Formats: sequence, C-alpha cells, structure tokens
Amino acid sequence: MANIVITPPGRFAFPKITELWEAREVLYRFGARDVTLRYRQTFLGVAWVVLQPLITALIFTLVFGKVAHLSSGGLPYLVFSFVGLLAWNLFNNIVTRAQQSLVLNRDLVSKVFFPRMLVPLAVIYASLVDLAVSTAFLVVLLVIYGISPGWWVFLYPLWVLMVVTLASAVGLATSALTVRYRDVNYFVPFFLQFLLFASPIAYSVSNIHSQYRWIYDINPLVWLLQEFQWALVHQPAPPAWEIVMSIVLPIGLFVVSAMIFEQMERGFADVI
Amino acid sequence: MDSATAISVEGLSKTYRILRREDLPTTMAEAVKGKVRNSNVKKIAEEFDALHDVSFEVPFGEVVGIIGRNGAGKSTLLKVINRITAPTEGRIELAGRVGSLLEVGTGFHPELTGRENIYLNGTLLGMRRKEIAERFDDIVEFAGTEKFLDTQVKRYSTGMYIRLAFAVAAHLESEILVVDEVLAVGDSDFQAKCLRKMREVARDGRTVMVVSHQLQTVSDLCTSALYMNAGHLQFHGTVEGALEEYKRSFLHTTAAPVSTAQRPGTGELRIQEVSMPNNIVKPGDELVIEYVVGPNPGFGGRYYVSAFIANEDGMVVAQCDSRVRDFYLEPTTENMVRLAVSQPWLKPGTYSVDLFIHTGGHPADIWEQALSFQVLPISPYPFATTPDGTDHGVVFPEFDYS
Repeated sequence: MANIVITPPGRFAFPKITELWEAREVLYRFGARDVTLRYRQTFLGVAWVVLQPLITALIFTLVFGKVAHLSSGGLPYLVFSFVGLLAWNLFNNIVTRAQQSLVLNRDLVSKVFFPRMLVPLAVIYASLVDLAVSTAFLVVLLVIYGISPGWWVFLYPLWVLMVVTLASAVGLATSALTVRYRDVNYFVPFFLQFLLFASPIAYSVSNIHSQYRWIYDINPLVWLLQEFQWALVHQPAPPAWEIVMSIVLPIGLFVVSAMIFEQMERGFADVI
Repeated sequence: MDSATAISVEGLSKTYRILRREDLPTTMAEAVKGKVRNSNVKKIAEEFDALHDVSFEVPFGEVVGIIGRNGAGKSTLLKVINRITAPTEGRIELAGRVGSLLEVGTGFHPELTGRENIYLNGTLLGMRRKEIAERFDDIVEFAGTEKFLDTQVKRYSTGMYIRLAFAVAAHLESEILVVDEVLAVGDSDFQAKCLRKMREVARDGRTVMVVSHQLQTVSDLCTSALYMNAGHLQFHGTVEGALEEYKRSFLHTTAAPVSTAQRPGTGELRIQEVSMPNNIVKPGDELVIEYVVGPNPGFGGRYYVSAFIANEDGMVVAQCDSRVRDFYLEPTTENMVRLAVSQPWLKPGTYSVDLFIHTGGHPADIWEQALSFQVLPISPYPFATTPDGTDHGVVFPEFDYS
C-alpha cells in the first residue's frame, strides 16, 4: 500500500491524474444522482428534456423567423434553431450547473475528501443524457422534414466532445471562483445571455454583415455551432482555421482552467 | 517511517489568516480595489494558529483518542489528516487509505433512497462498486434498515439516518479510520455496536482516531490518547495520562483570591479559609465546600451562612441558605462549616461559589467567587443522544418517564 504524504501546497499545482482516475466512480455516482434527482417528483419526467429545447426553438421560429424574417440558411427555421439549441443547451447546462456545483455541495467540500474537480465535472453526465434524448428527437424532426445529414455526421461526437471540453473549462474556473467570490453567481447568467445572442442559434451566420464578421468570429461557440450544423443538417463546413481552433482552444483552456482550479482547491474548505 | 507506523505527523502547523472584518474582501470588486490601492500598505491580518508544531506517530492497531477543550485544534487536526484542508507547514505520512466520519451523513442526499445513498456515500468514502456490493448486506444489517432500503432517506427518522451513515463508513476497509463525535447519536444498543465495531477495526491491525467530548467513550474505547490545548499537542501517551492533563487544565481558571480586608461586608465576622476537596466533578457528584469562620466574642447573638452557586454567565443556579436547614452558629468560637450539596446535577462548565455571613442586618462578610469548580462534560444519564437532547436548561434534573 502506497503511503499518502500530505505537505503544504506548493506554488504550482497540477491536477493529480492518478487520484482522479482512482475516484472516477465518484463522477459516475454524482452524475447518476443528478439524473435521478432531476426527474424525481416531476409529472412529465424525461419529456422535459425534449420540451425545453422544442419550446425555445418554437419561440425562436416565431420571433426571429416569422416576425423578424431572419435567414436560417435555407433550412426550416424549427430544425435550424433546434440544432443550434442542442449545442447551446449542452454548453449552457454544463457551465451553469458546474459554476454552482461546489457551493451547492458545500457539505461535501468541507467534510469529505475526494478530488474536488469531480464535483463540477460530474455535471457533464446529466448534460450528456439530455443531449442524447434531444438528439434522438432531432432524428424524428429530420425524418419529418425529409432532411438527410450527410456523411459528416460521423464527426458529430467530436464536436460534442469539444463543446463539453470548452464548457468544462469555463465551468471549472467559474466554480472555483464562486467559492471565493459570490459575484460570479451574478456575472455568469449575463455572460451566458450575451453569448446566446452573439452566437448563430436563433439566426444563421449569413445575417451578419461581412464588415463585422471578424468580431463575430472570435467567439468559439460560432465555430462549434457551425460544425454542429455541418455535421447534422448538411450545412457548409466553416473555414479550416475555425475547425483547427475549435479543437485546440477548448483543450488549451481546459488545461489552464484545471490548473487554476487545482491551485484554488486546497483553500476551498477554509473559505466556502 | 517504519512499517508499523500508520500515521506520522511532523511539525504540523495550520495557520488561518483572519482579516479584520472591514478589510475582508468578499466581492471581486473589493478584492481588485484592495489590490490596486493597498499594494504598498501592509495588510492588517491577524494570524491564528489552529495547530502549532504538532508531531506524533501512531502505530497500527491502536485506537487513539483526541481530547481537549473547544477550539483546541482537534477537529482541525482531523481535517488536515483527511486532506480536507491543507497544512501551512509540516508533513504527514499515512500508510494507507483514510476512511472518515467527520459528520455523520455528509454526502447523503435526502431525495435518494437508502440503497442509492449507500452506493453514493460508499463511493465518496473511496469504496469501489464491487466492494460496496460485497458488503451491502452487512451494511444494511448493521444499520437495521432492511425494510426502508427503497425509501427516500428524507422520510427516515434521525436515528435511522445516522445508523445507515455510520454503517457505510464502518464497513470501509481503510487502513485508518477517523471519527469525529459520532457516538453521541443513536440508541444505546447502536452505540454499543459502534464501539464494538471500532474495537474490531483496531483488532484487525488497523488504526482508529477518535475525537470525543464524551470522556467516558475515550476511556472505554481508546488504547492511547492525545491531549491538545490551544493548537499545541501537550500530551501523547496513556489514556489516563491524557485525561489527567485535561482535568488539570481546568485548575488554571480559578480566580485569584481577594484579601480579607478588601472584601465587602461589615467585617464583624470573616471567613478565614475555604477549600473544596474535590473541585472537578461529574454532574451527579456531591459538592463539598469547607470553610472556617473566625471568632468574634464581642459580637452578640447567632449568625447564619449562605452560599450562591453561579454558572459562567453569572446566573445563580442554586442558593444554600443555612436558615432553611435551621442551622445557626455562635460567634464566640472559631467555627468549621461544611456545606454538602448531595445531588446538584449541574450542567458541564465552570461554576463559582459566593459565600455570605449574615447577622441579621448588613452582611458581615461577602466573599464573591470564593472558589470555583468544574463540572466535567459527562452526561449523567444512562443513554446518550444528539446534543439537542441535553443542550437546554441549566441543570440536569433527575427524572424518569413511566
């Protein structure tokens, strides 16, 4: 049996991969707990997973499609915005739930030892379950509208992974900051609301004036949303640099975020 | 660290920085402002040593009790060993997994069923799914909650909840088990079961660390003990030795004596010596106070005496006036007075005794805080419960239900 050595925290802390791997079951248990709890004592149960994006997509269709007459890149507005919402909800759910996770699980953080990173990361599980159910519903929509996704659909898991990585990076950093500064609770919803409208979910990128395109294109979600539409509803692929960056940036951000988290982690129990 | 050592702690310190309230940044704006403005100004921070240079080693197979008053650093020590909070200095080596019971039921989710919580909590404590599945029946049997496995734990009684939580932790096969104040819960059968389980753990050659305010538990269960005071480890050795140190710590709180001439009262009669043969007692123990009242042959008539027993808040919890016992004294000779309170049933804490000599008019002698004594934190009742069962009231009455 290997000895455990406890020493004061050093200047730089790297996440202990072996420790995380040892505790991987915690991740699963937390995830399963979240899924079980979310639909316990609800009448409609899992139907909410589909109803939420569907209702939002209908509202978008009505407001942006019928009233504002924005372009949806030649697709039925409902299908277009539903695809956008798949990616958006995945991102939004992970960021929102992860950000609050440490403070909501205050008892665990201050009383039980386990790698704290697992608390914000565990929200991925429930968010992926939501995505799976919504994706299944999308298949129904595609059949109804007679849209074929094309061969690039095989890249769908990759783009899902990248959205998850990007969202986890934001979630890890904000959850750690929330432990120290509760301001984050107020800031994150505004940031997400801004991001929702700064991304091509309710409207197609073709609506953006080419003069402002470069500012618009800084947003990594713009790349990932286009990739979702590319993979799922046969839209044109985004430029190559966006494809490369949409893989490099989330991974890079995740590593930085994990280090920030690790650095702050050892003080959690004292300030939470 | 040799192979028989389970826990080795060297020069362990834990310092909390306490910023003065107005300086403590709780919002990001304040923190940023503070950084920009006061970058050159020295921050006013008080440092508080929760643990100061603590070193000890514990071999396998021992049940170690940690005793000390509130704020002595007991819980901080357990938290550092559990890796919940990081040390400021020093080094700890642990020869194996640490299972912890810092607060019963942490990690239990009220909306989940008993079965789901066993798996969740077991995993949190570091058990593999297979391990939990293997011990599942033992855990359920130990807790005695077979019938309610698929009921949400929010519908459990407190007792059931705690039994289940303890059962999960107790079945973790960790080399080191750390327990904080959990035995104050559950009924006596369950407590006995827990004690047995902890002894069993130690017999298997594993190590148990227990923090308890119940001195009885420590002396019943532990094979060695640590006595902590204000963040320092003051004693490490036998249980008797640690308890002795703990009791002795209360002696230092006795008030300094006031000279006879400075005391209020007419001075016609004065108390000369006062003593309390046993000033560290258990709640049900007899209190005996002895004192000598000097003579005053020129004083006519009899006198009587009185005593007030006051708690830390200054509230008088008992008055012992000799008139109600028809006890009067003659001032012609020196008198030896013995006051015995047979069953005071006082709550744990520090008490002071005020003594009075009355002659009818203005008191002849008023000796406030003539002495103080300590009631040890031991429940006088045969069965223990959660603190809310004994916290209220100023005395432990002798009572019964039928």
